[in-house]
Amino acid sequence: MDTAKNGDFAHIGRSVIVKGELSGSEDLYIDGQVEGTIELRGNNLTIGPHGQVKANINAKDVMVQGKLDGNILASQRALLAKSAIATGDIVTQRVAIEEGAYFRGKVDIQREPKAEAAGKSS
Amino acid sequence: MKLFRGSAVEQGRGAAAAPSKARLSRRSSGFAELVKSLEGTEPLCVLDLGSTSAGNIRFLTERGHKIYSEDLLQASSDPELASTNEQGVPGVDSKLFLNENLVFPGAQFDIVFFWNLADYMDENLVKPVIDRLWSLLKPGGLLLAFFHTREAGPDAPCYRFHIAGGDLLEMQPIEARRDGRKGDAGSGFRLQRVFNNRHIENLFRDFASLKFFLARDNIREVLVVR
Repeated sequence: MDTAKNGDFAHIGRSVIVKGELSGSEDLYIDGQVEGTIELRGNNLTIGPHGQVKANINAKDVMVQGKLDGNILASQRALLAKSAIATGDIVTQRVAIEEGAYFRGKVDIQREPKAEAAGKSS
Repeated sequence: MKLFRGSAVEQGRGAAAAPSKARLSRRSSGFAELVKSLEGTEPLCVLDLGSTSAGNIRFLTERGHKIYSEDLLQASSDPELASTNEQGVPGVDSKLFLNENLVFPGAQFDIVFFWNLADYMDENLVKPVIDRLWSLLKPGGLLLAFFHTREAGPDAPCYRFHIAGGDLLEMQPIEARRDGRKGDAGSGFRLQRVFNNRHIENLFRDFASLKFFLARDNIREVLVVR
């Protein structure tokens, strides 16, 4: 999942603390503290290794490298890196968990029906 | 029942060598019996009480099942749960533990992977946890548990079991957790006790039936039906 290479993403730095509802129509990289909700439908979210998020997340691809306390609704994929500490439920089409990651919660794979997916991609 | 009092391995003790990181494979008759339920078309609700296992999550979700993952052993080592009983013996506060763990509002499970936790959990937790699992399992639900046999010694390494497919499990020595995780004690887990058959039957007396499988590596596997 490419979030940092082309620079087209919003960035919450290590020293930044956000409380409230976060929403947007671009990719987001969080390395600070966020508490609330994160709505990025159609876009990707990365929680960096220093990120601490207490929020329910709705995004396309979600990658967790830091701490997350909240549910993930990822329309495409959820990835927990080896440094991730994630507590909450994950609902997604695909999930990948690296060895060393800590996860406590439910994983529910819900694949998009092919007809609906074909309609969206055309 | 043999007891080996002591919780985490003491830091700085250099006598025992650290277990190898390599995974060991073992065939599991208990798991082979249980996997028949997993290969059906009905999506099941599965609870895995070992540490996070990407392999287990992948195996179960690929078959359309829902998986709940909760590292119960790690949770039981949370220093905030420490207490002493009337005799001054240190232990874990089971009420506090069950207030924070094994809490699944509205969820009932078809399968529970209890693995080898009973051999390593604090004495105060074993029966209350089993009682809680009874209430979490659907009638007819299955619980798979592993117990050391009487030949195991107090320094038997604590393993995490990963599903490898078929009747094969991979055993991975549990290493110390990194800082920042709940219950991080900076060390592994020590064998607390060795159950005999009668103790196991007593532990699961509220369940409908037990089936024992004795393996060559002196692990007693038990498939329990709620």
